[in-house]
Amino acid sequence: MARLQLTGITKFYGDVRAADDVSLDVAHGEFLVLLGPSGCGKTTTLRVVAGFVEPSSGSVHLGERDISALPPWRRNAGLVFQSYALFPHMTVAENVAFGLEMRKIPKAEMAPKITEALRLVRLDRLGDRLPRQLSGGQQQRVALARALVFRPDVLLLDEPLSNLDAKLRQDVRVEIRELQRKLGLTTVMVTHDQEEALIMADRLVVMNEGRIRQIGSQQDLYERPAEKFVADFVGRSSFIDGRMDGSGRFVSAGGLVVACEGSGVGNASLALRPERLALMTADAPAMDNSFSGAVEFISYLGSQVDLHVRLSPKERVIVQIQNRPEQSLPAIGEQVQIGWRKSTGRVFQS
Amino acid sequence: MTVAPGWSSSRVAGRIVLKTAAGLSLAYILLPMVFVIWLAFFAQEIPSFPPEGYSLKWFRAIPGNDRFVSGFLLSLQVAVVATSIGLTIGVPAAVYLVRGRFAGREVVNNLLLLPLIVPGIVLGLALYVFHVEAEIATGWPIIGSFGGLVAGHVLIGIPWTVRLVTASLVGMDHTVEEAAQSLGANRLTTFWRITLPAILPGIVAAALFGFVASFGNLEMSLYLVGPGRTTLPIAILQYLEWKIDPTIAAVSVLQMLFIGAAMLLTDRFVNISRVV
Repeated sequence: MARLQLTGITKFYGDVRAADDVSLDVAHGEFLVLLGPSGCGKTTTLRVVAGFVEPSSGSVHLGERDISALPPWRRNAGLVFQSYALFPHMTVAENVAFGLEMRKIPKAEMAPKITEALRLVRLDRLGDRLPRQLSGGQQQRVALARALVFRPDVLLLDEPLSNLDAKLRQDVRVEIRELQRKLGLTTVMVTHDQEEALIMADRLVVMNEGRIRQIGSQQDLYERPAEKFVADFVGRSSFIDGRMDGSGRFVSAGGLVVACEGSGVGNASLALRPERLALMTADAPAMDNSFSGAVEFISYLGSQVDLHVRLSPKERVIVQIQNRPEQSLPAIGEQVQIGWRKSTGRVFQS
Repeated sequence: MTVAPGWSSSRVAGRIVLKTAAGLSLAYILLPMVFVIWLAFFAQEIPSFPPEGYSLKWFRAIPGNDRFVSGFLLSLQVAVVATSIGLTIGVPAAVYLVRGRFAGREVVNNLLLLPLIVPGIVLGLALYVFHVEAEIATGWPIIGSFGGLVAGHVLIGIPWTVRLVTASLVGMDHTVEEAAQSLGANRLTTFWRITLPAILPGIVAAALFGFVASFGNLEMSLYLVGPGRTTLPIAILQYLEWKIDPTIAAVSVLQMLFIGAAMLLTDRFVNISRVV
């Protein structure tokens, strides 16, 4: 295991910058997640680490080694693919043995290592099966065992859970995370699924259009998004366009005057988290901001209910309320009063 | 079985039409072979219907016919050698065509399929002229030689190899090769241990089709055989020039059995229908 450092990685495909000055420092044993929409550069970055993409500029260090110029087979990185990429003509045990074979480990030493790796992923009885005789979840675990058995310096996971069904995915997230912690593996995972990223990561990297937009903990990204893209991509936000009109005063395009914590003057967007907006009842305490509007749409999600409330001809926000039995839900078309604290709105100047 | 009303009748009708069409096509393909096989057992020398009786004498006559026996052996040798050489050239070519990145990839790909498109007569004539020129230039005996014949047949096999191996490579999951490399296998090891097993069905199918195409080739071979060197299809043609007895039908039946057996045998190892 080792520390992984990327310095100024840039990759051009023709004129397109698939990765643009990406620098990362992954600590020994850390679980780092690259998060972003497709085409954001996260997979390119991972493939640079694995050695399948040669960066146009920049360097990769793994532990003490500069691995920038090494081919994939000399990097000692364990890789798990979205498609698992198991060798279809080899048994589970042979798949797991492959990495050891390539390292010229004597046969006698291989057997216990394979057994141990398969036990780690709870597949110790299926060593003789062929990959096609396994379920998706089992194949995924074989891929993991195969990537771990030779003690890689870094574990790279490329959307490893996106081919599993929703229920299984929840279990496997926890399983991978526990395994990674137990073995103290430096790990980089790529995903477009923010929930998965939030659950698994020590630290997250949000990418878009080839560039790193923000690096930080779950709280950092959710409570203090660095830019509008992050506020939109991590968690949910309703955006209101308008302009800052002096300190603490935001005026929307539709004419709403909102108290907020931003400063400065100029065009800006106000981001509001749906669960931080409240439905104001007669006995509710006063809020810094209070507006009335008509409910235009209702999403009933069981434990929670989303109300889409029209505040002005140009502004509509989502209010997420807890579904309590004593509370009667408004109907579509009904006028409601909603409110939020001034610390709730985040201002992004544009 | 209960079927929703309204659906059932049109569905059943559709199925009948489909099956009839398939049956007719199959009959169209099989009918000539059925007649050849039937004819091989006719007793009389001049084929006419209805048969006057049935006999195995035409089959019994074949081993005694030197031209058929030596023709069969030569065709077999040429097909085996030419197919092996064709694979040795065609498989790496296909790999490079699929995995490599170079200008004119499509052009080369299409060039390699040309022998399949150029008529055998034209190909044979062109090769013959080439052999004549080459013999004059080098002084080596090329015209009508075994080597010259094999060289021509190599051309027949290459399009099959390139086409089928290319198809299996394209159909293969490329990340499997990347997985092998990330596990420590260099390019060569990855090819031997991962790529080759994955495309083996395509290679076996290519070998089989190349073999069959070479074994049955008549038009091109006509230009390339020399005195005392006759392939089986040419021996059949020469026999037909002055006799039309069912011997030919009997030889054809044996040829069909031979090729059919080769197909069944290979199908035991690889599922050919998966790649073709």
